[in-house]
Amino acid sequence: MSWLLALPILIPFLTAICAFFLRRTGWCRWASVIGSGVLLAVSLLLFATVLREGVVAAQMGGWPAPFGITLVADGLSAVMVVITAITALAVAVYASAEISERQVFLGYHALFQVLIAGVCGAFLTGDLFNLYVWFEVMLIASFGLLVLGGKKSQIDAGIRYVMMNLVSTVFFLTGVGFLYGMTGTLNMADLSLAVQQLENQSLLTVVAVMFMVAFGVKAALFPLFFWLPAAYHTPSFSVSAVFAGLLTKVGVYALMRAFTLIFVEDVAYTHQILLWVACLTMLTGVLGAAAQSDFRKILSFHIVSQIGYMILGLALYTPLALAGSVFYLVHHIIVKGNLFLISGVARRITGSTELSKMGGLYKSAPVLAFLFLIPAFSLAGFPPLSGFWAKFILIKAALEIEMWWAAGVALFVGLLTIYSMTKIWAQAFWEPHPEEIEPSLKSLSNFAQVALLLPIAGLALLTVVIGLNPEPFMDFATSAAGQLLDPSDYVQAVLGVTQGGTR
Amino acid sequence: MEFLLAITIGVMVAAAVYLMLARNVLRFIFGLILISNAANLAIFTAGRLTPGAPPLIKEGAYAPAEGVANALPQALVLTAIVIGFGLFAFALVLVYRAYTTLGTLYSDEMDAAEPKGPAQ
Amino acid sequence: MNSLILRVASRYLAAILLVFSIYMLFRGHNEPGGGFIGGLIGATGFILYAVACGTREARATLRVDPQSLAMSGLAASLLSAFASALFRDAPFTGQWLFLGATEGSKGIPVSTVILFDIGVYLVVLGAILMLVFAMEEEI
Repeated sequence: MSWLLALPILIPFLTAICAFFLRRTGWCRWASVIGSGVLLAVSLLLFATVLREGVVAAQMGGWPAPFGITLVADGLSAVMVVITAITALAVAVYASAEISERQVFLGYHALFQVLIAGVCGAFLTGDLFNLYVWFEVMLIASFGLLVLGGKKSQIDAGIRYVMMNLVSTVFFLTGVGFLYGMTGTLNMADLSLAVQQLENQSLLTVVAVMFMVAFGVKAALFPLFFWLPAAYHTPSFSVSAVFAGLLTKVGVYALMRAFTLIFVEDVAYTHQILLWVACLTMLTGVLGAAAQSDFRKILSFHIVSQIGYMILGLALYTPLALAGSVFYLVHHIIVKGNLFLISGVARRITGSTELSKMGGLYKSAPVLAFLFLIPAFSLAGFPPLSGFWAKFILIKAALEIEMWWAAGVALFVGLLTIYSMTKIWAQAFWEPHPEEIEPSLKSLSNFAQVALLLPIAGLALLTVVIGLNPEPFMDFATSAAGQLLDPSDYVQAVLGVTQGGTR
Repeated sequence: MEFLLAITIGVMVAAAVYLMLARNVLRFIFGLILISNAANLAIFTAGRLTPGAPPLIKEGAYAPAEGVANALPQALVLTAIVIGFGLFAFALVLVYRAYTTLGTLYSDEMDAAEPKGPAQ
Repeated sequence: MNSLILRVASRYLAAILLVFSIYMLFRGHNEPGGGFIGGLIGATGFILYAVACGTREARATLRVDPQSLAMSGLAASLLSAFASALFRDAPFTGQWLFLGATEGSKGIPVSTVILFDIGVYLVVLGAILMLVFAMEEEI
């Protein structure tokens, strides 16, 4: 059992090492693809175990909690690891056709796998300081990926991204220090018990807000999101797809974990802030997107607005709303990563991501147009795709507790999302190309066609499957939300076992 | 002693924020280094300042004798310093690279990723 | 920096620093020291050499490139994690082998813990040299 929890972290590291030593050969990209495939298999196994046995935990090195490092998988963690593995596999296949040999030689695949290891580590750890370490692993790999290639715009974007994230790191670290000073523990399960016994609850709220700022920067919440649209449109497309899919979601996951497990003493205050922030994030993101005219910049702003939905679920803090958040997380990673991958193909065959310089894709590349429509409609929330159910659950949850205005904002933002998607559709796909060329998939090599379109088609299929058959996914999201709202299982799993998991 | 350290941390944070408000990216980095050291000091202080013997366990014993220092905050601070070291070294190289490719250290003049002027 | 005295002295100093770094690495087993500090000291040796004789010569002396060094360190650390699988223990559980152990003494303890520490040593050495060489060459 303890190995099952550790393998999603160890496998990407192992893959990174293989990919690094093979970087001069053509085997490098296959190492990355195979490693991601194995990761997917292991994560599915972990997911099945969590479905069967509930929350599972393991102590690394056999040191019992709360002294050692604990890895925990509850429903949310497990599904996030699965979705990370799916994204990793899709992007690894895509990257095999997109990334230049020079970037591979500079260590693209090794950095990518280290990033995946960091993301999986952040999802699985049960220790707040360990979470900090995984954040940094992820961060340093993402720094490398962002500036790999060294274009002017990449360096510029890198500066903003690095600075903002380092500031958030300092907030996180200070918060960890204060929390340790108050409770004497950093194990999250132990913390959830220890904070209840604190006399100074108002100090806890101060620390909670510190964590909110730290995770808010990572998740790109309202006043702290500026680094995201400034950076995500500069690196190669597979990099921006994995960033868009996973990095901000780690911040959302951390917020969900911390504000359901540890900081639940002053819900009226902290979650009220989150509610306002969520609505403002949705609005600013979607309005920013409306003002943009670049394929990737529009998508980047939409990440911000979608983060708002997930935080809305957390802020409403009812079982249904949290289930909606979990559902939204899964849906969003698939759809958003996919849209970025599509923008890469569109760029390949039309030569630009600037909407005014694109066009004619519907006529000459109908397959791509069809594949774009699925995630785009899903993002905007058309039935019967996954985005519709995600939005539907959240809005229903808001209406249930009579948060009319929050539901209103969510609906309004959904409308504006349709506007942006229509803009992309009309300018890039519908109108003829301004230079009278007919962009066609035929201009790509056979290998590139398969490697670029296969992951896109796979992710689109997943969206459709979730959309047409939402019931099992919804049941699962509900049970994951139940585990979040009632952490007794989590605490029992972490502190109840003594050594080496339940071997 | 805690009081003294708290004042020190406060002064460091104030100086760091002052530096970080500058438009010069290099100053920003220096501010960041200072504030992260303040954070490390905060962790150290939060772990209580107890004078005590090194937390080593005698051979054959299962727990340390009375009056040992708390080793955990030091381990945390050490980890944070190591990680911070790596990140800041990277940031410094990046700033240097930015200076050579973009030709400026002022953040408002860096506009390669988001060119100024109306959107086309 | 073209100083004959520094160049000659740095050759001896670098050697002494390297030996000292390995001493620190193994001393970390039961006393203050360890892979991280050892790696730092080892890196100082090469950095001194690079300052005195130039990065090209330092790279030539190192023979392997620093990235590979760091990556093999990571591999060694991972190996120590997987070693506990052979004994059906949780990942990273220390496995011990006491060479020539008798009734009174434990002999020479060989463990996966020290393998992990050697990995840390290589990662730190490689990563720091990678950064410093890159900086030296840019400026």
